[in-house]
Amino acid sequence: MLNIDKLNFSYGDMQVLWDVDLTVNEGEIVTVVGANGAGKSTTLKNVSRLVKWKSGSIAFNGIDLARHEPHEVVEMGIVQVPEGRKIFPEMTVVENLRMGSFIKSARPDRDANIDRVFQLFPRLKEREKQLGGTMSGGEQQMLAIGRGLMANPKLILLDEPSLGLAPLLVKFIFDIIQEINKQGVTVLLVEQNVYQSLRIAHRAYVLETGRVVLTGKGEELLNDEHVKKAFLGM
Amino acid sequence: MMVLLQSLISGILIGGVYALIGIGMTIIFGVMRVINFAHGDILMVGMYLTYTLFSSLGIDPFVSIVITIPLMFLFGAFLQKVFINRMLGAHPQNQILLTIGLGLIMSNTMMLIFTSDYKIISTSYSSESFNVAGISISSPLAISFLITAAITLLLYWFLLKTNTGQAIRATAQDREAAQLMGINVRWMSILAFGIGSALAGTAGALISPTYYIFPQIGGIFTLKAFIITVLGGMGSIIGATLGGIIIGVAESVSAVYISSGWKDVVVFVLFLLVLLFKPAGLMGKSRM
Repeated sequence: MLNIDKLNFSYGDMQVLWDVDLTVNEGEIVTVVGANGAGKSTTLKNVSRLVKWKSGSIAFNGIDLARHEPHEVVEMGIVQVPEGRKIFPEMTVVENLRMGSFIKSARPDRDANIDRVFQLFPRLKEREKQLGGTMSGGEQQMLAIGRGLMANPKLILLDEPSLGLAPLLVKFIFDIIQEINKQGVTVLLVEQNVYQSLRIAHRAYVLETGRVVLTGKGEELLNDEHVKKAFLGM
Repeated sequence: MMVLLQSLISGILIGGVYALIGIGMTIIFGVMRVINFAHGDILMVGMYLTYTLFSSLGIDPFVSIVITIPLMFLFGAFLQKVFINRMLGAHPQNQILLTIGLGLIMSNTMMLIFTSDYKIISTSYSSESFNVAGISISSPLAISFLITAAITLLLYWFLLKTNTGQAIRATAQDREAAQLMGINVRWMSILAFGIGSALAGTAGALISPTYYIFPQIGGIFTLKAFIITVLGGMGSIIGATLGGIIIGVAESVSAVYISSGWKDVVVFVLFLLVLLFKPAGLMGKSRM
């Protein structure tokens, strides 16, 4: 479904991604784990076309993304839930959700999708009229994921959804990710919470200073000596 | 008491037009983070457009806004697409130079076409007024206030209730997140500059029956627009509406109670006081 091939990217003179190869097949949960600054978020930014890569290619269902604008990528069915949530602060919960279905193809399903999001996150229903900027971090994360689902994504890109959340909430968010996947959405998850993300992922990539150093099934990597030492403190 | 009421009312009436100028500037700033120093000059172009329609075709200034609004929208959209868009993300000082430069080109072009002579649009009602409970109200100001109020309400409805309006607000609140929603932010920027210019041009049309028209008038209004937007809080539409009314009232009350030569001093002192106590402006926290 998503094919990243030999992707090189730099911010100015500083090269951040080196020959990154990554594939996501339909129906999978694929996770990219790695330390801060390893290039995880940058990879997602490239997929969403928020930044422009130097060489290599990204294709979605065979379509080369190089020639497309960020909004066109969303129309193709790739939706990113960005790091730091990026909720619209002066809009209510419902208004934020409605923005999530801005693209024309998602508008007919708007009300049905709002109900669907409220079923996943009953808390959002309670906060329906609250301004996004006044909500807690956990609620904002729920809203960000919910907003991402509003566009009927085929592939959802989740950037550090557990960042800064209480342990109980982290567990809840990862359960939700599995639930979303079961409902038929392919997931590309970028995380620093290596244990939780490897636990739910079908396949995983380990990024270190912009290079893919390891790839395999989620459980395999969970038992990998290098991963254990570098990330799990075992 | 009567005098105070009189000056308050005329202040609010002119404040409505100021609000229109300020809202235009604040929408442009909100969506693009560009301070439009050509705003007053765009207003001036609106005035000359109104003048031309009036003097050559005899169209009443208040009627001609149905032509002025779309033309000024297209003019603004053109400016955005061709010039401003290239400067998004550039250093603020370069953006300022660009908009000041565009303003200079506009005022000098108008000087070439119309010379720097003062022009007047004298309609049958230009100096007419009517009485309400002993308070005399200028007819052109009253009409322009009604039109302003209608346009402002329409704009609020557009921004709050329509998909495109919400997308403009989303772009103002978080440009990157807006892109991730599938919003074409470049198109939203063009729309925002078009709307901002249409509002400035409309304000120019509405005041043309009561103001002298000359190519350099833009500078005064750029300054006013700047004060109104900063006073209300950069990027806040409610703030700009409020700021416009406050400046209008401050001018009119001080002109009556001190002297018209001092009204700008009062406005600036008020401006500085607000910034001293609320550095982010009256509605600093709230954005579009």
